Order: sequence, then C-alpha cells, then structure tokens
Amino acid sequence: MTRWLFRRILTSLALAWIVATIVFMTLHLVPGDPAELLLSTGGAATDPAAVAELREKLGLERPLLDQYLSFHSGLTRGDLGNSLVDDYPVASEIALRLPRTLELILAGTALSVVFGMPAGAYAALHRGGRFDRIASATAAFLLAVPVFVLGTLLVLLLAQTLRLMPAGGYTPIAQNPAQHFTLLALPAIAIAKGLAAIVFRMTRASVLDAISRDFVRTARAKGLSPARVLVRHVLRNALTPVLTVLGLQMGTLLGGTVLVEYVFNWPGLSTPLLRAVEARDYPMVVGIVLTISGLFLLINLIMDILYAALDPRVRAS
Amino acid sequence: MKKLWAPGAFVALIIAIALAAPLLGLADPVKQDVARRLSGAQPGAWLGRDEFGRDVLSRLIWGARMSLAVAFSSSILAGAAGVALGLLGGWFRGLGELFAVRSMDIILCFPPVLLALLVVTLLGPGAGTLILVLSVLYLPGFVRVAYAETLSARSHDYVEAARALGAPTGRILLRTLLPNIAGPLLVQFSLAVAAAVVLESGLSFLGLGVVPPAPSWGLMIRGARATMEQAPMLLVWPCAALTLTILAHAGDAPEAAPD
Repeated sequence: MTRWLFRRILTSLALAWIVATIVFMTLHLVPGDPAELLLSTGGAATDPAAVAELREKLGLERPLLDQYLSFHSGLTRGDLGNSLVDDYPVASEIALRLPRTLELILAGTALSVVFGMPAGAYAALHRGGRFDRIASATAAFLLAVPVFVLGTLLVLLLAQTLRLMPAGGYTPIAQNPAQHFTLLALPAIAIAKGLAAIVFRMTRASVLDAISRDFVRTARAKGLSPARVLVRHVLRNALTPVLTVLGLQMGTLLGGTVLVEYVFNWPGLSTPLLRAVEARDYPMVVGIVLTISGLFLLINLIMDILYAALDPRVRAS
Repeated sequence: MKKLWAPGAFVALIIAIALAAPLLGLADPVKQDVARRLSGAQPGAWLGRDEFGRDVLSRLIWGARMSLAVAFSSSILAGAAGVALGLLGGWFRGLGELFAVRSMDIILCFPPVLLALLVVTLLGPGAGTLILVLSVLYLPGFVRVAYAETLSARSHDYVEAARALGAPTGRILLRTLLPNIAGPLLVQFSLAVAAAVVLESGLSFLGLGVVPPAPSWGLMIRGARATMEQAPMLLVWPCAALTLTILAHAGDAPEAAPD
C-alpha cells in the first residue's frame, strides 16, 4: 500500500508539473508578440510604450528558459506574481477566496451524495416502480440543463417570484451563521445538480448489478438480514464505481463553480477570475487556473486513495 | 430503439430552423427599438422584445444558428483531427501511439471551462476563439474512441483480408477501418456537439464567448437576468431552448439509457 501510495503521489506531482508547463507555454505558443496580443482590443493599433512596459512587467525580454525557471521557482515558493491591474499579489487574492470556493464544492458534493446515493439504491431495489421512473426522468433532466440555467431559474423562481430565498450574496460565517448557510443553499444545490444525477445513475446501475451476483445470493442464503445484506454486501460493492465517476466528474464540477459563483454573487475564485479574463490580466488568470487545476489533481488523488482503501484489487495491481 | 426517434426528430427540427433562419422573414435580430423595449407578445414580435427592443423570437432562432454553428464546426474539427490521430495511433502503435494518444491526457488535466478562460484571456472573446478552444477540448474524446475501436478492429478477419489483398495502408484505414468504427464515433460526435453547446452558452453567459450584439442563447440569458423582474419570460425562452436542445442531443445518444 505504501509503495502504491508513493507512486500515485509521484504521478500527481508529475501531472501538476506538466499542467504548469502547459499553462506557461500557452502565452508563448500563440502566434505573435504576447504583450501586444494582451493589449490588443480588436483592430486598433497598440501603443508601443505600453507594449514595452508590459513586456518588462511579464519579464518577456529575458530568455525563455530563464522565464520558465523563475516561473517554476515562484510556484514552489507560492509566488504567482502580481496582478497587472492593481499590482496586488495574486497569491493573496487566491488565499482570501479559495476557502469560499472550497466550501461551495464540498457542500455541493455532500448534497449530491446525500441525495443521489439513497435515491439510486432505492430506485434499483424498486426497479420500474413509480419512484424509479420519476427519479430517472429527473436525473435525465438535471443532466441536460446547464448549471447556469438551473441557477438562474432557481433565482427567478425562489427569489424573484416566490421570495423564499435571497437571490445571492455572501455573509461570513462568524458574522451570522444562519444567514451564511441560507445564502449557501441555492449555489450548493446548483453545483450539486449534475453530480447528484450522475451519482444517482451510477448507484442505481451498480446496485442493480450487485444484487444479481452470487455473493449476494450466498449472503442471503446463509440467513443474513436483508438490511445487513444491503449495507455490507450490496452497497459496499456498489460504492467503488460511484467513487470513480465522482472523480471523473470533478473537472465539470469545478468549471461549474465558476458559473454558479457568478450567478449567485458568491465571492469565491470566480469573481477575480472573470474580472481578470475581461481585463486580460494574465498573471491573475494563470494563478487561478493553476490553483483550480491543482485542486482538480488533488481531488483525483484523494478519490484514488479512497478507491484503493475500498477495493484491495486496486492496490495489488 | 423506438424511444429514440422523437429526440432525433427534434434535433433535426432545430437544425432545419437554424439553417433556414434567413428565409423565415424574421425581424433583424440586432436591430434595436428602444421605444418598445420589454414590450410583450404582439403581431410581428410573437415572443415580445428584449431590453433593447430587439425581437426575441428572431434572436432565439438566430441564436440557435450561432450556437449550432460554433458547436458543429468545433466538433467537426475535433472529430477530423481526433479520428486521424486515433486511427494512426491504433494502427501503427509504438511511438506514434504515445504522442497521439497519451498526450491527450494533458488536456484532460484541466477543468474545461478554465482552459477556455485561459485561451480567451490571450486571444480575446469571439466565435473564432470559441471554435478553437472547443475543438481542442473535445479532441481527446475522439482520439480515445477512435484509438480503442481501431485497436479492437485491427485484428479482425476483414482487416487481415484487406491487408492480404495488398491494399495500401491509407486505403485500409479510410475504406476498411473507418466505416466499421463509424458508429461509436457518431455517438461521440453527438455528445461533443451537446457539450459544445453547453460550454459555448456558458461562456457567452459570462460575457466571454460570442461578442454582442450577435445573438446567442447564453448572451440572451445574461441580458434577461437584469430585467427578470419586469420580463421573466425573456429569461424562460432561451433557457427552455437551450435545455431542450441538450436534452434532445442526450436522448439521441444511447449513453442516456442506463439500463
């Protein structure tokens, strides 16, 4: 297990390095002068003085290898450079906002597991029944509706028309915990929508698969109670595919948070990211993209470790 | 299979309407009429007018044209390049396999929206940027499917037979293998189009995709958010159009039927 774990962590680090290298290279891969490109606003000629200043700021005058090495040494020290707009350190901005984004992701994942798994298991055990049909149709709808559409419609229905919930915003938990969680509810539901549908489908399919297996028949035959068969034998074996799918869907989920934070004015990483993309604030965009991609790799690592803990065959191979 | 004709027909209908948009005698989708902004349904503007007095029905249909044009061109680009890479990787194996197939994993290390935002920062928003980004993002899917299918098909007797007959490699790949792996590739194409429609509308919704005043469903939802109190239906129409289109595409693909 230790060796497996060591190898797996090493792979993640290698991937993180590749991601950082790719992000570094995108600036240099696009044809033309990067500084001129960042300053261009459709057609109009760029000011040569401004281009020279930006080249200086981004260190584009130095040899490419030199730039690459200082980019990496900055990364290891947690230094992501300064914003081109207000010179504020990118890392400080991220440190302030990352916890809020993480909270949203955690709440969304928890919601989707809490609703998706029991619903999937119940639907599988009562296959073809009314609940199964309604839940399956709901899952198909949730998968199809884009996350920002669902978010906007939730605002329209619950905040604008019925006035049950606030339309969006953020209150620090220390200031007013009740309001904090009220404001968290809608964005968390929006984040959870696709994942809950996928968890539902996966759980349903793998429980359906597990209940027809010999080991379940054996467990029943030796007189175990139905509840014990369900928890110890059916659900435990159904859990691994669900985890795999959770890991695979994290990229979509993390991308979805950008949209959801925007819809609900949740002040996570997406606000500075979108502002930076609009202002062509390259260091800020790179910092946030690297942070979220790193988070993506980390979540996949955690999923793999959980997966191995549940299924000894993974560790052996 | 009988369940599948309805979504397929719906997809065909949307494509037909989008293609026929210039022939339908619609109002100009970008022409503003501020005096009649947010006016309700009336003859000549069946779904009312938006916050600039533009005809909503016309924008909805021209928006479909925009969304589908971006989605289809990026999926076709991704499909052509991905199938070529997957076929070559699966046929020749070796080093080419490493470069053509394994390198795709790098693209999958990024959450798609973020890679798109990175490229938009560099190139600026617009339909061209969208097509470029989306075709890069959906490339790995096509490579993987084409590669896996080529690997399993290459040892079949009909491929052996074509080889024994002395057919040149290019001919085997394009005339023997490709038609036989076309089924899974078409499914992948349908999925890529649906995913591209979602991502395009999402980026346009953030104001970083299609550039206004060009009509796009994402932009329409973005605009209608500000006036949802006075005119909630402005929000409902593009949301419904978008969701139905994706639902139909998903219903098109057998993956949607879990049993």
